[in-house]
Amino acid sequence: MRRFAGFRFPSVFLGHRAYRRLPVQHEWAPRWIMAAQILLVVALIGGWQAAASWKIIDPFFWSQPSAIWHTLTLFFLKGDAVTDIAYTFEATIIGFVVGTIAGSLLGLSFWWSRNYAAIVQPFIICFESIPKLALAPLIILIFGIGMTSKVAIAVALTVVVSTLTTYAGVKAVDPDSERLFYSLGASRFQVFRKLVIPAVMPWTISVLRVNIGLALTGAIVGEFISSQHGLGREILYAGQTYDIALVWVAVLVLAAFSMIMYVAVSQLEKLLRKGVAH
Amino acid sequence: MPSAKLELRSIAMVFSSSAGAVDALTPVSFAIEEGSFVSVIGPSGCGKSTLFNIIAGLQAPSGGSVVIDDEDATGTIGRVGYMLQKDLLLPWRTVLDNVVLGMEIKGVSRQRAHATALPYLARYGLGGFEHRYPRELSGGMRQRAALLRTLLLDTDVILLDEPFGALDAQTRASMQEWLLQLWADFRKTVVFVTHDVDEAIYLSDEIVVMSARPGRVVDRIAVPLARPRPRLITNAREFIAIKERCLDHLAPPVAECAA
Repeated sequence: MRRFAGFRFPSVFLGHRAYRRLPVQHEWAPRWIMAAQILLVVALIGGWQAAASWKIIDPFFWSQPSAIWHTLTLFFLKGDAVTDIAYTFEATIIGFVVGTIAGSLLGLSFWWSRNYAAIVQPFIICFESIPKLALAPLIILIFGIGMTSKVAIAVALTVVVSTLTTYAGVKAVDPDSERLFYSLGASRFQVFRKLVIPAVMPWTISVLRVNIGLALTGAIVGEFISSQHGLGREILYAGQTYDIALVWVAVLVLAAFSMIMYVAVSQLEKLLRKGVAH
Repeated sequence: MPSAKLELRSIAMVFSSSAGAVDALTPVSFAIEEGSFVSVIGPSGCGKSTLFNIIAGLQAPSGGSVVIDDEDATGTIGRVGYMLQKDLLLPWRTVLDNVVLGMEIKGVSRQRAHATALPYLARYGLGGFEHRYPRELSGGMRQRAALLRTLLLDTDVILLDEPFGALDAQTRASMQEWLLQLWADFRKTVVFVTHDVDEAIYLSDEIVVMSARPGRVVDRIAVPLARPRPRLITNAREFIAIKERCLDHLAPPVAECAA
């Protein structure tokens, strides 16, 4: 770094070419990276707490870490934490599973008939382009304020992604491999089972992580609109009653919950990939 | 005279597009004796691949018929083994499971198919690789697996569409030896497409020369060289004479070269 200390004439004036050195970045040891991260979190929380105590920010709107901590313990000890988490979790998982499976099956079904695929595809794309959340109020009206409507919104969000990705996988099946199967005398069903499904599996698996996030969004939005339980309802209720600390608590719990599901799905993905590779 | 194993009777293929009809094959007829090794050579665009697709039943000809064992086999699949330049091994299957694919499709149980295939894998240079995945194999090994898959389908006729086209010269030479060994063991009727005239002469009993657009047979050249043929046979006078005759047919007018 000291090299830059002195000013140098551009090489044109010196009449020879100055060669640049390959820029090298020194990587820190993982523990230093981790230390920096911890420091950042501590600074953020400490700064927030300090700013709220000194009234630099208004604690009524922003709340403060000490109050959030207090509410968090209350939420778990006396509140509806377990019910809410379980409710949101259930809606998310069911929506995720149903949406992913239905979408994958629909995507795979396009392999069977090019005419059918051509007829149906514009409708899928059309449905894809609608912001599904705009349909949420309608879905609540149709399916009621219970669990079903949350699942339905989660399914609406996930099913199209799975369908389109799986169909992209179907279209990417090597036509030469298909020819090989037919040259071996295979039936269409054999090609489907032994070639199309295994070839498309990695595509289907690749949307799992996206879908778990979408399913959670769907469940939360459903709870926002109308619900008796769930983290989404908790956030909405807390906001309406100006219980800002509770908003933060619900958001934190939601974030932790979302991260856990993300990690779980990543593990599931690894497992499935291994299974498919064999 | 032994009867023809595979007979092409006036096979024609016309591709019609908005620009008009294109003759890909004008009546092509030839017969191949049982157990012989026949190579088809010709410039690109002479319809070799189309011809193979028709023989394998993957494409319907505009006219003519494919006859196997005196039986009309036009448009039926699974009658001949077909191998392409790409090995097309399925990446999610082990070598062994790839090799038995044909048998599996014919309805043989996996267990029996494995039992049948294992000795062949050991004998033909894939021993120790049975449970590896294709990505762990070299190009030559992959082609061996692909060829064994074709052979184990248990059809009398096999079509090889430039199977060694993507291999380096050294691997290609050892694969040729290996193929001849297999051919001698299995006594199959082989139809082989290649761009490489040396390869065609070295391997074949007979060479069918085709011309480009529309594809048609312009010459049939017998290769009366005794087997087993030494590698250096490429320097022999008869060999060179045959090669000259082939190249004469293949040397295209300059304009066609660009296409």
